[in-house]
Amino acid sequence: MENNASFTPPKRNIFPYRIQIEERSDEAPKWLSPALTLAALLVAFFITGILISAVGGDALYTFSKMWKAAFGTWFALSDSLTKAIPLIFCGIACAVAFHMKIWNIGAEGQFFLGAFGSSLIVLAPVVPAESSPWVFIPLMMISGMIFGAIWGIIPGFLKAKLGLNEIISTLMMNYIAVAWNNFFLFGQWSYQGFQMSEKFPQNALLLRLSDIAKTYSIKSLQGMALHLGIIFAIITAIVIYLIIYKSKWGYEIKLTGDNAKAANYAGINIVRNTVLVMALSGAVAGLAGAVEISGVVKRFQGSISPGYGYTGVIIAWLSKLNPLLTIPVSVFFGGLIIAGREIQPSGIPKMMQGIILVSLIAFDFFLNYRLQFVRISESAAE
Amino acid sequence: MGLFSIIASAFAGGTILLFGMLGGIFTERSGVMNLAIEGYMLLGATISYKIAAATGNPWIGLLAGIAAAALLGVLHALICVTLKADQVVSGLAINFVGTGVSMVLGANLSNLIGQVNLLPTVAFPALQKIPTIGEPLYIITKQNIMVYIGLALIPIANWYLFKTRPGMHLRAIGENPEAADAMGVNVNGLRYLYTIIGAALAGIGGVSISTAIYPGWFSELTTNGKGWICVGLVIFAQWNPIRGALGAYFFGLLSRVIIDIKLPRMLLGMNNPFFFVPNLTYFLEMAPYIFTLVVMVIGANQARRKRIGAPAALGQPYSRGQRGK
Amino acid sequence: MTEADPFVVEMKGITKKFPGLTANDSVNFSLRKGEIHALLGENGAGKSTLMNILAGLYRPNAGEVFVHGKPVDFKSPKDAISEGIGMIHQHFMLVPTQTVTENILLGLDEPKFIMNLKKYDQIIQKLGKENNLQVDPSAYIWQLSVGEQQRIEILKMLYRGCDILIMDEPTAVLAPQEIEVLFETLRAMTRSGKSIIFISHKLNEILEIADKVTVLRHGKVTAADILTKSITKEELAALMVGREVLFSINKKTCRKGEEVLSIKDVYAENDKQLPALNGISLQVCAGEIVGIAGVAGNGQRELAEVISGLRKVTSGSIWSRNLDLTRAPVRKGIDEGIGHIPEDRHHVGTAPNLSVTDNIIMKNYNHEPISTKWKLSRKAAQKYAEEMKKEYDIIVPTVDTPVRLLSGGNLQRVILAREISNMKSLLIAVQPTRGLDVGAIEGIQKMLLLQREAGAGILLISEELEELVNLSDRIYVIYEGRIMGEVSNGDIRKIGLMMTGTKLEDIPELSEVVNGAEN
Repeated sequence: MENNASFTPPKRNIFPYRIQIEERSDEAPKWLSPALTLAALLVAFFITGILISAVGGDALYTFSKMWKAAFGTWFALSDSLTKAIPLIFCGIACAVAFHMKIWNIGAEGQFFLGAFGSSLIVLAPVVPAESSPWVFIPLMMISGMIFGAIWGIIPGFLKAKLGLNEIISTLMMNYIAVAWNNFFLFGQWSYQGFQMSEKFPQNALLLRLSDIAKTYSIKSLQGMALHLGIIFAIITAIVIYLIIYKSKWGYEIKLTGDNAKAANYAGINIVRNTVLVMALSGAVAGLAGAVEISGVVKRFQGSISPGYGYTGVIIAWLSKLNPLLTIPVSVFFGGLIIAGREIQPSGIPKMMQGIILVSLIAFDFFLNYRLQFVRISESAAE
Repeated sequence: MGLFSIIASAFAGGTILLFGMLGGIFTERSGVMNLAIEGYMLLGATISYKIAAATGNPWIGLLAGIAAAALLGVLHALICVTLKADQVVSGLAINFVGTGVSMVLGANLSNLIGQVNLLPTVAFPALQKIPTIGEPLYIITKQNIMVYIGLALIPIANWYLFKTRPGMHLRAIGENPEAADAMGVNVNGLRYLYTIIGAALAGIGGVSISTAIYPGWFSELTTNGKGWICVGLVIFAQWNPIRGALGAYFFGLLSRVIIDIKLPRMLLGMNNPFFFVPNLTYFLEMAPYIFTLVVMVIGANQARRKRIGAPAALGQPYSRGQRGK
Repeated sequence: MTEADPFVVEMKGITKKFPGLTANDSVNFSLRKGEIHALLGENGAGKSTLMNILAGLYRPNAGEVFVHGKPVDFKSPKDAISEGIGMIHQHFMLVPTQTVTENILLGLDEPKFIMNLKKYDQIIQKLGKENNLQVDPSAYIWQLSVGEQQRIEILKMLYRGCDILIMDEPTAVLAPQEIEVLFETLRAMTRSGKSIIFISHKLNEILEIADKVTVLRHGKVTAADILTKSITKEELAALMVGREVLFSINKKTCRKGEEVLSIKDVYAENDKQLPALNGISLQVCAGEIVGIAGVAGNGQRELAEVISGLRKVTSGSIWSRNLDLTRAPVRKGIDEGIGHIPEDRHHVGTAPNLSVTDNIIMKNYNHEPISTKWKLSRKAAQKYAEEMKKEYDIIVPTVDTPVRLLSGGNLQRVILAREISNMKSLLIAVQPTRGLDVGAIEGIQKMLLLQREAGAGILLISEELEELVNLSDRIYVIYEGRIMGEVSNGDIRKIGLMMTGTKLEDIPELSEVVNGAEN
């Protein structure tokens, strides 16, 4: 072989290693996934801090103010927990569907229809205003779930039968839901021309801490808004956990989600399961709306959600689709929403949600790939 | 002359969707899902309005809006192409970021309505001199410059996609990236490029809203789901610019008709229900969204029959030498 | 080709590592001008990896490559092509929605921007004529047959001026008669001074077409530059697998029982809604293996799918014993005990991110003891999986390992464990040994024979003629969704003719010609 006559100066490397990306051939260690979630959160806070500084704010001050506003006092905690309730439901609703790789982005619309369904019981009225809470509450919750489920079944059916992309159909259903509610809000049930109905009777409202304070005159609980819905949320989380991880149906859902062709080959009816999972997902999101109306809003009105349904997507992802984990994650996000009321500009929590999700999915890369530092001299001829 | 002003605003409204739809087509033809159009649009709308207000020059605003959306596109490309994450989730996340950043940066913009210089409107007064058809032509052609840019873009996009070498490469990397790679086409580089171009186009759609056709900034209501309608249009279009353009203008027409339909007392010889019960218009407001669903069903069915579907590699990250498929 | 011809390719000390595997370990390989040099080895021996390095797809961890005596360092296939090296992959690298011309021009700098397809159509037509590779340049790839697609791949390389062609298992997708045409083309190309590397694991083919052969085993060269004239098939086989291979399988005589599958006049469509099965009738009895031979894409997959209920029949009937399966849901066939080893074990047969346990219980998760009423018992599932792991020799750290981390052979064992243990009377096996190494193939073939002896009826759909002839008691040949005929003596000539569309009754009997394939 002939030698190359031209002289090339030796390339000097300041960093004598090269980063090589490699697909993992083994399972990632158990601790890696939570560690990556934590790292993603830290990075998200860091980026948000930079952005806040960039628009002229003081990042550390903003964060500490947010913390105080969200969890600094018992009242703040009660408020954050109250905000967490619809988030838990929406997070679970998304998680159920995501297990089957159905991208239900329609929790928002299902939430609105749930609010509509529960209000229907009071405003139609289905039962007289003086009924007992034992009649009102179960009926309102069930009606909310049914309407939420209907809003889930429609895109579920369109997907299963016609192959329609559920992301877009559930989103379109969200906009349709808002218009649907507005029709009743501005016309049928408007109270003295306001964009809200009249206040619901006491028996149609969920028990709150402040009610307990009144009944038993406990001073420290006075004025706290946390309501019975938190119990409903926890029970729902447990039930859905059992369905997904301990039941036959849960196995079918996960199998279909991982490989729909294999599920079909295993004799699983995918069309039926798609519709059922969307019904369940919609019902849970609908329950969120019903609980929110009965526990917080106390009447039927517009703009009852600062995007609970969309935040549910992030919560589901952050919880690794585990319904039980949606509880702590939702408390965190509830705090974030409460904090958003205190700080300016008000868009920061929304922006943070986006950055957290981006950073989460970016960090998931390390679950499947690893970086290796390879000495350049050892690697292929440069 | 009401009919002609309806046609005129159909073009205007359709233009916004047109840009977003073309952005979707370019990105998805390369094999990268583009669900982030809404986020790109809102960011483009916000930044262009803000910069136009700050500099007094809407053209600088246009450029800034494009740049901002493109920057967000870089993030989407990074996640989808380099980090090989789920493209659906990435699209959603990018939407959140786009919306959130817009909310933060747009905090006080809604007070500025009427005080911002807008992209110019083009009119041809000479047309009015032509008898009979002159006046309608004048009304229809009196449009914002973005409408004309959009119209010009349709044949250019179609020609680029089907008659040029880079267009052929674009289609190839979305259909069979291995084949393109084996022939020396830089698959991931081009996917970056077209993800960013797609974002920029959607950004132009956003600019066309706030700084041109429907001036002003109204937080999330600025776009109000138009980006998502674009995602639906891309499917209806079967990834074909001309088909998509027809769909976009039709949607422009539809959303204008919804506004106008409640005005006349009589409709088709009957009492107009929307005139007497204004609340019924909330059902009309659903129409574009319901129509998106219908249009997608049509698109999906036709595609199945004619064997033209989504780019085969859509949604799949590419890395060379994947073992064991 | 003589020893005096210059080397066109020399690869020295090539090492390529993948995570957890050394695909090539200091491999040397050289190719002279005008020769056809075969690269022989089992699946996974490192043949394709070595050639992917030569073609610029991979970069080696160590070693040097010389082309025409000049050191080269390919960073991409484009670099390799500019040195005249073109690779024709096993899975064709074609864009189905584009035309022949567009595919050939893909990635080139010329035309610069605007495509003038008409002009290039003519150039390509001419190039095809010159090389005896006739094609219609304006046809879309999806309209073409597999053989035509291969021609386009070759043309693509010739258009780029390649004089060194790497063919990766080019015959795997072709019928015997198409293979002859290909070999003619290859011989003609070497006469005009081109050099060809021919990757294969089929010994007969290598002895027929190649001048020289280099054998790889477990990433290392076991024999280099052997003249094919001076070696026998048995010797080559021993070099390839490192031990003697049994070319015939001990098979007990068939004890035919009752009919377990009866298909009458079945019609069905493929995914593109075009006719795939055009009036198929066949029977499988208990205790026999019935083979289905045919070139890929002639309705084999659809046939397996209609039997297991995954695909709807448009007309006809399917019965298993006394049970009508014609329009039955998939679950009915599973509950009846029909096992199905699908062609695509990654995309149909398993769920990649779920554990071995979850994959093994796929067919019986809804039966006791694994589930009771609504509840699925993790414990029972685990126990069952452990039993299967032991019985079928599945090599995994734990049954909780996701199956995407399993090797092809182990993955197939997971599927076999599941299908055989839930099977009662009928097993449909589609390409059960494809892509596996020789050891795994033997194990799986033995398992199938064992089931046959135990009284199961087996429908074996395969593209490996040797496997079909060795295992089957009878063979049907399928062509364009029709059964061309049935042979029970493994007559390769007849099978080959039927595979290309000749009906059995139209094949003249040969009294004197010795059948070459039957060694």
